[in-house]
Amino acid sequence: MVDGWDVLILVIKALAIFIIVPVAPLVFVLAERKILGRIQSRIGPNRVGPWGLLQTLADGIKLGAKEDFIPPAGDRVVFWLAPLFMVVPAAMAWAVIPIGPEVEIGRKIGLWVTDLNVAILYILALGSVAVYGPVMAGWSSNSKYALFGSLRSTAQVISYEITMGVAVLGVLVYTGSFSLVDIVEKQKDMWFAIPQVIGLFVFLVSGIAETNRAPFDLPEAETEIVAGYHVEYSGMRFAMFFLAEYANMFLVSALAVILFFGGWHGWTIPGIEGLTSVLWFMLKTLALMFVYFWLRATLPRLRYDQLMAFCWKFLLPLGIVNLLITAVLRLGWS
Amino acid sequence: MPAYVGVVILALLGFAFCAGSLVGAWLLRPRRPVGAKLDPYESGVPPIGDAKGRHVVRFYLVAMLFVVFDVELVFLYPWAVHYAEQGVFSDRLFLFGEMLVFVAILLVAYAYAFKKGVFEWNRGD
Repeated sequence: MVDGWDVLILVIKALAIFIIVPVAPLVFVLAERKILGRIQSRIGPNRVGPWGLLQTLADGIKLGAKEDFIPPAGDRVVFWLAPLFMVVPAAMAWAVIPIGPEVEIGRKIGLWVTDLNVAILYILALGSVAVYGPVMAGWSSNSKYALFGSLRSTAQVISYEITMGVAVLGVLVYTGSFSLVDIVEKQKDMWFAIPQVIGLFVFLVSGIAETNRAPFDLPEAETEIVAGYHVEYSGMRFAMFFLAEYANMFLVSALAVILFFGGWHGWTIPGIEGLTSVLWFMLKTLALMFVYFWLRATLPRLRYDQLMAFCWKFLLPLGIVNLLITAVLRLGWS
Repeated sequence: MPAYVGVVILALLGFAFCAGSLVGAWLLRPRRPVGAKLDPYESGVPPIGDAKGRHVVRFYLVAMLFVVFDVELVFLYPWAVHYAEQGVFSDRLFLFGEMLVFVAILLVAYAYAFKKGVFEWNRGD
């Protein structure tokens, strides 16, 4: 039965999860700069607000007040649409992410917006849609750097999407379900990170490449092509590319936690299981976000031929071997 | 409630957020589109020619490979779920054999692409 409360709860849940899209960059850009500073023996931003906490907010306001022009030689409509094609899929993917178990607050409420039975396919499909953003941005800018950045980004993202999909297959052989809630429930006793350690490796590497992050940040390699597909973007439109990038990083971390690190499972305190579960989920996700920043501070950028060779010659065969091993191991299981 | 209502709500929120922030920035920002600002940015050097020229064909090959392997992959998804659901060993063995045949065909395509040097980025051609 659907009543007014159900609708209200759904809208509240959707709003609560949507907050991640604008807030994630606010938090993570600062965290990244602070952590990078610490790793490189610097201080990082510390002037705006206490300990520099308001730095990203100030940057955001600055971007909003900046002149924002469209290159006259480019394609106005496509240029205008490209940031939308970045932000909207990033927001939509969060609809299926379960951040906690079902809790009892007057009625049973699952801590997810919707539990699609094809959630994995849905996420991978949105990952493909997200390729349109860079393509449109690079093409419509009519700038060589932007076009090179978008070509690189497209080739990289679609290549690593395949390896990401192969990595997920190993988990699916264990769960037999595409629903992320089911996948988390099946990890009550053992994280899939243990039997699927190869899959985890393939997934994490592909996830970093999918989000165009260091050491796979060729699409925006400053020393070669200035900033990649968003060279010509300025002001609020530029901010949107950033929002989408950080929302997607957080999404990949959350997805890795759900698929391999047991989602919200952990030791819970009786009475407030729901709250502790959400805290576990967040803790694990933040730990993976830290890995992103750590890798960026540690590893040099790959060359483009190395990047493509790594995907097609190493990661893809490794993923298929992982699938075969998993299938063999599960042969005797009933 | 249909499962996709939540998806639609989030899509609408995404649109609303973009529209809101763009309109907000439109109200705030200055508008002086003059001079060299309007040129494509090429590190301060005046741009030469148009960006819509010819490009390396290898990106196109990657797109072709993507179509081949991604479609293969999509076929493996229902297989994985079905495999996990089987209770009887012989059924499972049969499904495993079918998957091996499928992956073997995939490997032929892979070996062909490898031989043709599609995965080599620096072929010098």
